[in-house]
Amino acid sequence: MSKLTTLGQRLYRGEVSYDFLGRWKTWYIFSAIILLISVGALVGRGLNLGIEFKGGADFSLPNATCSVEEARVVAETQTGGQSIITVTGAGTLRVQTITLTPEQSSVLAGQLADTCAISKDDIKYQVVGPTWGAEISQKAIQGLVVFLILVTLFLTLYFEWRMAIAALVALMHDLVITIGVYALIGLEVTPATVIGLLTILGYSLYDTVVVFDKVKENTRSITGQSVFTYEESANLAVNQTLVRSINTSIVALLPVLAIIFVGGFLLGAGTLLDLAVVLAIGIAIGTFSSILIATPVLSQLKSATPEMKALAARVYARRSQAQRKTVVDGEPAVAAPTIRVDRAIDPAERQQPKKVSRSKRKKS
Amino acid sequence: MATPAKTRPIRLLALLAVIVVGFSVWAFFPGTSSSIRLGLDLQGGTQVILLPKAVTEGAEITEEQLAQTVEILRARVNGLGVAEAEVTTQGSGNDAAIVVSVPGLNQDRIVELVQQTAMLDFRPVWNIYGPTPAPPAVGAATPAASVPPVQAAENTPEFQADLAALDCTDPTITAGGTPNDPVKWLGTCEQSGATKYSLQPAFINGINVTDATAQLPQSGVTWVVSLEFDGEGAAALARASTELSALPECGSGAEPCNAFAIVLDGVVVSAPRFNEPIIGGQAQIEGNFTAQEARDLASILKFGALPITLDPVDVTTISPTVGRDQLQAGLIAGGIGLLLVMAYLLFYYRLLGVVAGLSLVVAGGLLYVVFAVFSKTIGLTLTLAGVAGAIVAIGITADSFIVYFERIRDEIRDGKSLRQACDSGWIRARRTLLAADFVSMLAAIVLYLLSVGNVRGFAFVLGLTTLIDVIIAFWFTHPLTALIGRSKFMQKGSRWTGLDPDRMGGISVADALAGQSRRKRKEATT
Repeated sequence: MSKLTTLGQRLYRGEVSYDFLGRWKTWYIFSAIILLISVGALVGRGLNLGIEFKGGADFSLPNATCSVEEARVVAETQTGGQSIITVTGAGTLRVQTITLTPEQSSVLAGQLADTCAISKDDIKYQVVGPTWGAEISQKAIQGLVVFLILVTLFLTLYFEWRMAIAALVALMHDLVITIGVYALIGLEVTPATVIGLLTILGYSLYDTVVVFDKVKENTRSITGQSVFTYEESANLAVNQTLVRSINTSIVALLPVLAIIFVGGFLLGAGTLLDLAVVLAIGIAIGTFSSILIATPVLSQLKSATPEMKALAARVYARRSQAQRKTVVDGEPAVAAPTIRVDRAIDPAERQQPKKVSRSKRKKS
Repeated sequence: MATPAKTRPIRLLALLAVIVVGFSVWAFFPGTSSSIRLGLDLQGGTQVILLPKAVTEGAEITEEQLAQTVEILRARVNGLGVAEAEVTTQGSGNDAAIVVSVPGLNQDRIVELVQQTAMLDFRPVWNIYGPTPAPPAVGAATPAASVPPVQAAENTPEFQADLAALDCTDPTITAGGTPNDPVKWLGTCEQSGATKYSLQPAFINGINVTDATAQLPQSGVTWVVSLEFDGEGAAALARASTELSALPECGSGAEPCNAFAIVLDGVVVSAPRFNEPIIGGQAQIEGNFTAQEARDLASILKFGALPITLDPVDVTTISPTVGRDQLQAGLIAGGIGLLLVMAYLLFYYRLLGVVAGLSLVVAGGLLYVVFAVFSKTIGLTLTLAGVAGAIVAIGITADSFIVYFERIRDEIRDGKSLRQACDSGWIRARRTLLAADFVSMLAAIVLYLLSVGNVRGFAFVLGLTTLIDVIIAFWFTHPLTALIGRSKFMQKGSRWTGLDPDRMGGISVADALAGQSRRKRKEATT
């Protein structure tokens, strides 16, 4: 633990600095593989849509004493169509059938209650017409589009358009992967899943905003110096917020894991569990993408601008000059300077130690 | 960064205390219900989502018609006598959905009740009676003998027996929703339950009404309702009024009599009599109307005109036991989640972790009382999606503390004193928090406005928790941190403060304070 805590200090100072941005190829390839698997699963297996989206009836029988076969016979005789019967946690039997009228479903619920020796009042059931699912999905997509437009506007105003684009890239990345995991595992997509996805959307953006805010702070007067390139400053920002990112994702995951634990062991399938699974996947991916996708994308977009290109040229020129100078002076050549915080950006202060060492050398 | 603004911690803490106490008093005011209303998925019950469709192909459903439909449904559902039954709309126009939620009742009855199209029609009155079931062979039967007995084939003895048994003082009858076939005879009650009617088949349907307005005639003192009919309606009205105005007064025992009944959703809204034949499709209903009564009647006539069919697209029944289990599991999960988060924060941030833990507790308390107040005032219900939203909010709320604490550490590493760090770190953290919370708020608002069903409840909780996150960070966490940052204990930089040298990488608060002078000393010696 104490290592982790002092790590925070060293990360902040730039004494320990992991070159997250320099290794962008690794992250991009990693993401590309996961994205490919996700899209492959989506195209290949498709999503397991719940009855809310495709229409149908769903009966949930707690503490049912009947067998799956007995329930199937009852359901299929009554509906004249295929039905899916599953046993969920804690002895709950779940019967899914084609769409029924409210009257038919009431009759079936009564028959199931008789067959399985439970009270009809304990049966939870839901009947959804086929058009309704299309309608709520359409509404959700409508909301998503409006939200994305507004958030792009906000990010463009608050930061700049390149940050907005980088944040959106990370967001899409998170959403596609989360949906892909659903297709891959075959988890049922319910309205709760949609809610979970929307939360992920908020969380992913929230996380990215926090990291970008630090990038913005570090690069505020970046063109006024020639010590660091944009990429190096952005990388420093990622390192500086690393402890925050780790702590935040731990803290955000803990309650979600509690839901999965409680939901999984005490309740069986349900809204809570559905939500928690989506969130757990999304929070993990969201933390990954805000550091390793959003910031590299931003850095690349930004480094391509003329000012940043000029800055990078200045920085490299200065470094090679410094290198030549030290070689001439008989000092062993030093690598590029380690990145230090705000104070390091002040060139006057940076040169201080050098001066001292030189005076010392003269004395001896 | 600009010079840190002077914080007045005590003042901010007091402000928050006033807010919390204020909401608590509001929420727990004696004599009113103080508990949070639970959604159907938590307390059990039946929810029916209905999509209204205009009967006429391609016709638009107006806001007024939607409101009228909701009123009718509300009357029907309230007639069940179940507390906390709800009828709400989501969306508008042709996209609107009506959500009927009734706690703890079997679903067949409710679907049957709400699904029916509310019809508006005009029927000639056959006779009127007292509201209660007639004692056998008295009252209505005696005067009936003096006039020709059964004039219409459908006025059967069965119909008369049913009519006699009808009890207008029973609220389920006057709530409406009884089948109302315009081509058949109808025995029904007045809305107030004061009078019972036997009615002949309809002569005009609501669809024939083109306009209805409440007016105060220049010469008159009481309000009237003016009606306009289309061609078909005008012709029917002319014929009916000519016939009916020649008949004797209603209530004299004569069958049929000279009034007609305006029937909405199977219940008599008003039963004016014809004074004279009405030719030309324009009529006026007079009575001792107040302005409000006249307006209500006009709006019923106008917007009840186009009948709407209601298509049940989603019917959900949740047993009370399942709902209770879900709530319990949600609370357990929330409790465990909260404890885990607190334990982690305490472990990592020590004394600052205590501040964070307290902040979470206050945030939770504030969320509860604010929710209770909304529950009381605008009928906000807590659903499972809301519970999940609140649990997830624990993480996002704790994040604002983490951002702040990390900033304080950064500032101390930069050589600021603890006291300065608490304020200057706050100014930097504040900007980040506001930007990040703004995005969450945006998501909540957009989702609330554009979505339907569960997503809405979730969005409301998300918005509420985001707002509370900001309030707590500004008015609790920051002032409290600033306050303890001034204490001797924190200044010494003990290892329990979370800002000890070990954690800060060899720099203690005391070192940081001394940093400036030490550097100066060093320079002096060289």
